[in-house]
Amino acid sequence: MAIEILMPALSPTMEEGTLAKWLVKEGDAVKSGQIIAEIETDKATMEFEAVDEGTVGAILVPEGAQGVKVGTVIATLSGEDEAAAPAKVSPTPNATPAPAAPAAAPPPPPKAAVPAEAPDWPAGTPLKTMTVREALREAMAEEMRADGTVFLMGEEVGEYQGAYKISQGLLDEFGPKRVIDTPITEMGFAGIGVGAAWGGLRPIVEFMTFNFAMQAIDHIINSAAKTNYMSGGQLPCSIVFRGPNGAAARVAAQHSQDYAAWYAAIPGLSVVQPYSAADAKGLLKTAIRNPNPVIFLENEILYGRTFEVPDLPDFTVPFGKARIARAGTDVTIVSFGIGMAHSLDAAERLAAEGIEAEVIDLRTLRPLDYETVLASVRKTNRCVTVEEGFPVGSIGNHLAAVIMQQAFDDLDAPVVNCTGKDVPMPYAANLEKHALITVPEVMAAVKSVLYR
Amino acid sequence: MASRKPAEAGIEAAVEKGGISNLSKDELLKHYRDMLLIRRFEEKAGQLYGMGLIGGFCHLYIGQEAVVVGLEACTKPGDKRITSYRDHGHMLASGMEARGVMAELTGREGGYSKGKGGSMHMFSKEKHFYGGHGIVGAQVPLGAGLALSDWYKGNDNVTFTYFGDGAANQGQVYETYNMAELWGLPVIFVIENNQYAMGTSVKRSTKSTTLYGRGLAYGIPGEQVDGMDVLAVKAAGERAVAHARAGKGPYILEVMTYRYRGHSMSDPAKYRTREEVQKMKDEKDAIEHVRDLLVSGGLATDDDLKAIDREIKAIVSDSADFAKDSPEPDASELWTDIYA
Repeated sequence: MAIEILMPALSPTMEEGTLAKWLVKEGDAVKSGQIIAEIETDKATMEFEAVDEGTVGAILVPEGAQGVKVGTVIATLSGEDEAAAPAKVSPTPNATPAPAAPAAAPPPPPKAAVPAEAPDWPAGTPLKTMTVREALREAMAEEMRADGTVFLMGEEVGEYQGAYKISQGLLDEFGPKRVIDTPITEMGFAGIGVGAAWGGLRPIVEFMTFNFAMQAIDHIINSAAKTNYMSGGQLPCSIVFRGPNGAAARVAAQHSQDYAAWYAAIPGLSVVQPYSAADAKGLLKTAIRNPNPVIFLENEILYGRTFEVPDLPDFTVPFGKARIARAGTDVTIVSFGIGMAHSLDAAERLAAEGIEAEVIDLRTLRPLDYETVLASVRKTNRCVTVEEGFPVGSIGNHLAAVIMQQAFDDLDAPVVNCTGKDVPMPYAANLEKHALITVPEVMAAVKSVLYR
Repeated sequence: MASRKPAEAGIEAAVEKGGISNLSKDELLKHYRDMLLIRRFEEKAGQLYGMGLIGGFCHLYIGQEAVVVGLEACTKPGDKRITSYRDHGHMLASGMEARGVMAELTGREGGYSKGKGGSMHMFSKEKHFYGGHGIVGAQVPLGAGLALSDWYKGNDNVTFTYFGDGAANQGQVYETYNMAELWGLPVIFVIENNQYAMGTSVKRSTKSTTLYGRGLAYGIPGEQVDGMDVLAVKAAGERAVAHARAGKGPYILEVMTYRYRGHSMSDPAKYRTREEVQKMKDEKDAIEHVRDLLVSGGLATDDDLKAIDREIKAIVSDSADFAKDSPEPDASELWTDIYA
């Protein structure tokens, strides 16, 4: 019986990949452990080893094929005693048919939202599509070209090309003095970054994930955020702390935390959590130029998503300006980061049921655009907040308090906060789904404030 | 030089240069004056604390004056310094005004931080004094970061990063040693070993009591210095500066010193005997040592020194008056300087 070789999952968030190269051909004998193919994930090009010994029967997915789903049968291997004849492939539950090369076009980018006010770019601006990952890299590269004091430091940012490929190519362009690989020593390099900022540089400190920034949080808060105040304005600290925040996929409690509400509580910090690639680019450029410490919270799942980005030589997005991502009249949904994906999805499904939700992307959590939220709530009279973080002391809790104080008479229902659950993130796939915010939960919350 | 035994006495160091008589009279007088300013200033601060004019934490530098004064004598314009919360001496030695420091202690508008930082958080960008930090050990990576800024710009400035024997047990110190040597940062780590981390003696904190030696594990040279001898401190400081300024990376000075007062104003200091403190004052006092050198070397008379004493007293008294008269910060200051 032929052994099926399946497209492997090579990272926690990988759902599909490119079969970059076959290193064997049909009829070749392979040994266990032999490298048989190169597979490109969203993060890196990985070598793929044969698990079993045998002879390559049929190669079912040609090299160059993109968008090959994890679990697809990509080749067959016959055992030692079998003839190396191309084997028939029996469909397996988790294997989808291999797409013909070149693979189907990537899914279209989400519909460009129609900003109801203050668009971030002039009408008629040409747009290009890019991933959040590419947008972040482009923002850093542009700012590093424009300002020699901007440099990047962190774990694996240089020679490895970035643990999540955000800094790919930057070492080649800017050299090792401006793309500094650090040892695994978060507290130390966060402190060094703050000192370097006081010395007149503009460091971008990458945390491989914000979970590890807990090792460094003393410097983020006590050193970076407070010193301008404690020095009577003598020592501002122009530094960006950036990296993925929140849950990725199946990485359990220590690697899944959303810190948005923690950092947003601290005067002296600016806190950004973009959703779209355009915001990722425009806000990161603004963050790098900002004279204050900026917490720039990214999301691993969003890195590979594609959006339209204005094709402008110097595109920036200001802090403190929320974006109305979807106009609506019945209810206001306020979210940020990956919560926007759930919110926009829920809004589309609710529209099919005749409910028009206005969806606001806060984009920056400090400063926070209260006015846009309050104006929307005064119009819709109902509000649901959506975020992935813990429920106690959430951004939604804060917004609910502000709305209650400033728009109490406009409310037709209590504000509902949709958040992650009040539990450490579990590993099991089903439990993890329960712990995170879901589209049905958002829809149910919206219906509850509409008394439907 | 990888390391040295407890350093030569200052006089020997002086002799190497051709003898005390050839030492600049002005230099010795400056050391005397600078150390005396710190001591009288701190005594006054202690007095104002007792009167309720200074609040919160207040950590006095009395006894340790030779450390900063000796090292400041090795600096050039552009060099940076950073320390922890026992910081008044470092500010005065770096040239910050006594008035501004004292007014910060009293929490007044005329203070270096407009009254918003207090004893532990004062800064002067003009004098390249970067604080003034209240979290034990945090200033160590911050100091290495300041050094990184000069390394990045390619100049020959160095950063003096001061910390105590207590901070020497913080993990981030060793994270910083590792990166500073890895990248060759121009930073001089100054361990002010006053033998007590608050109330815990070095011997009760670690079996590895030769603190500069820990840098050797990271490839950082260092030495132990008699911190009660300003000339020995300066001589060691010059070796450290030469190393760092030449682009050879960090250097560690473990300066053996002693604080006469408690850890803070509220410390009853039961962890050591009165006799121990008195013995240090009688036998090792840094200011008396320089006074002896000046007088026995025929470089100054008692009258010369009394004139300096009067000058210092006037400066300190003026700073106290200023600190009492300066108004409290306007209530609107609550909301300024949060963001640049």
